[in-house]
Amino acid sequence: MGISVRGVTKRFGEFVALDDVSLDIPSGALTALLGPSGGGKSTLLRIIAGLESPDSGVVEIAGTDATTLPPQRRNVGFVFQHYAAFKHMTVFKNVAFGLEIRKRPKDEVRKKVKELLELVHIEKFADRLPSELSGGQRQRMALARALAVEPEVLLLDEPFGALDAQVRKELRAWLRRLHDEVHVTTVFVTHDQEEAMEVADTIAIISAGRLEQVGTPDDLYDHPANDFVMTFLGPVTTLSGDLVRPHDLELRAVPDAETTEATVVRVMRLGFEVRVELVCAGQDLWAQTTRENADRLDLQAGRTVHVARTTSATGAPDPQPQGAGTQTAR
Amino acid sequence: MGKWIGRIVALAYLMLLLIVPVGIVFFRTFRHGFSPFWDAITTTQAEHAFRVTLEVAIFAVIGNTVFGLIAAMLLARHRFPGRAALNALIDLPLAVSPVVVGLALILVYGRFEPIGRFLDNHGIKVIFSLPGMVLATIFVSLPLLARELVPVLEEIGIEQEQAAWTLGASGLQTFRRITLPAIRWALAYGVVLTLARALGEFGAVAVVSGGLVGKTQTLTLYVQQEFQNFDPIGAYAASFVLAVIAIVVLIIINVLRPKEHS
Repeated sequence: MGISVRGVTKRFGEFVALDDVSLDIPSGALTALLGPSGGGKSTLLRIIAGLESPDSGVVEIAGTDATTLPPQRRNVGFVFQHYAAFKHMTVFKNVAFGLEIRKRPKDEVRKKVKELLELVHIEKFADRLPSELSGGQRQRMALARALAVEPEVLLLDEPFGALDAQVRKELRAWLRRLHDEVHVTTVFVTHDQEEAMEVADTIAIISAGRLEQVGTPDDLYDHPANDFVMTFLGPVTTLSGDLVRPHDLELRAVPDAETTEATVVRVMRLGFEVRVELVCAGQDLWAQTTRENADRLDLQAGRTVHVARTTSATGAPDPQPQGAGTQTAR
Repeated sequence: MGKWIGRIVALAYLMLLLIVPVGIVFFRTFRHGFSPFWDAITTTQAEHAFRVTLEVAIFAVIGNTVFGLIAAMLLARHRFPGRAALNALIDLPLAVSPVVVGLALILVYGRFEPIGRFLDNHGIKVIFSLPGMVLATIFVSLPLLARELVPVLEEIGIEQEQAAWTLGASGLQTFRRITLPAIRWALAYGVVLTLARALGEFGAVAVVSGGLVGKTQTLTLYVQQEFQNFDPIGAYAASFVLAVIAIVVLIIINVLRPKEHS
C-alpha cells in the first residue's frame, strides 16, 4: 500500500478541517484529491507530508506508521502551489538541495541533477535564478527538486493553480506522461474537476472535511454516490425533483408513459451543442442536445416538448443512512 | 502654492534642528584648523572613551543580533501562548526613558541589592562597569533588529522553509541555508541600526557607568564632561567623530536598503 490514512481528524480552533477521514492510496498510482476550496483536501495532503499533525488518526506511508515522524524523515516530495523556489539559489542548486543535504558525492549530484533537469525540460536554465523563469518552468523545477531525493510519495498541492489556462493544460498532460515514466506514488490536490478527470487514475472527493467518494473518474461520473458528487463532477439539472445530467435528457415530439411535458423558454446554439432552457411544471431545467435533433424538433421558444431520461442516465442513489460516516448523501 | 509652503516648512524645520546645529559643530571643530581637532581626539582620555564606546557597542550588537533573530523567528513563525506579550514587550524599550532603564538596572544589579551582591561576591561587577553598560545599551537597542526582521520573515513566508524540511534539511540547516540568505540584507540593516543606536546612547549608560574617567567613560559621556568643563574644543571634536560615524552609518543604511527589494 502506498499511503494509508485512517480516521484522521483535524481542527483549527472551532473549524473542523477534516472529520474522521479514511483513505487508501495504492502504490504507484496517480490520485487526485478533489473538492471545493476550504474543504480540507490541502490539509489532508499536508498531514500526509508531516507539515500539519492530525488531532487524531494514523498516517502510514509505505507500510510504516508515519503519524509522528517529522517531514524530514517521511521521504515525501512536496510541490507547493506557489513553487516555494529557493530564490537565492540557481535552478541547479535548487534541484541539488536535497542531495547536498544528504551529503552525496559531488559527481553523483551533478549527474542526477542534470538527468532531472532534462526530464523536466529545463536543462538550459540550470544557471538561472528562479526569478528568471516563467511560472510553468518554476513549477517544473520544483517538481525536479522534489523528485531528486527519490521520494516514496510525491505530493502536489494545487500544482497548476497559479498558472494561466494554456500552461495549465500543457503541464497536466505533461504530469500524466511524467508519472507514466517515473511511477512514483503521486497525490495531487485540485479543485478543478476537469483536471482531476483528465490526469488521475483515482479521484477522492473531499468536501467540508469529509470524504464523499473514491473511485476511477468513470466510476464517479457514472455512479456518483450522492447528489454532491454528481453536482461537483459535471453539469446537472432537475427533472421532477431528481438530479439528472442535461445530456441524459431526451426531447421528444410525442408523449408517452416516460415523458414529462415542458415548454421551451430559450434555445442557445453553441456550435455542435444546443442548449435548451425549459420550464416543466413551474420548474426551470435545461437539456443538452445536438443541432440535428434541435432542427428535427424545430425547437423554438414557446413550443411544447416531451422530456424523458435516456435509459443509460446517471443518477445518484436515494439518500440513505450509511455506516462509517465517510459517505453521506446530502 | 501649498506644495511650496510644505517644502519651505520642511526645509526650515530641518535647517533649524539639524543642519545649522551640526554645521556649527563642524565649523567650531575646525575653526582653528585641523591640529587642535587632532590633539583633542588623541588625548588619552578621548582615546579611552572611544575604545569603551566601541567595546560596549560591539557586545550590545552581538547580544541583540542573537536575541533579535530568535525573537523575530518566534514572532513570525510560531503561534504560542504569550506571543502577544512578547510582541508588546519587545517595544517597551522604545517607550521607557533610558534614564529609567539605568535606574532599574541599578536596582537589580547594584552592589547593595541581592542579585548584585551575589555577583559581586563572585567577582562580577555589573554597575559602574562594562557589563552594566552593555546591559543598558542592549536594553535601549533591543527592538531594532526584531522589528526589522519580522516583516521580512512574514513576507518571504514559510513555504521555502517547509520545502527544505521535506527535502530532509533539519531546522538548523534550513535556517542557515534558506532563511538566513533570504533575510541577510534586513539583518545587516538591523545590525547597522543597532550599532548606531548603541554608539550614541547616553542616558542609560550615564546612570549605570558612573562616567569614571579612563574607566567607564564613553564618547557621549566624554562630550558632556568636556562641555561642562569649559573645554569646548574637546567636546566639539568628540561630537564631530560621533556625527561622522552617524553619517557613515546613514550611508551604509541607504546602500543596504534598496537591495532588500531586488
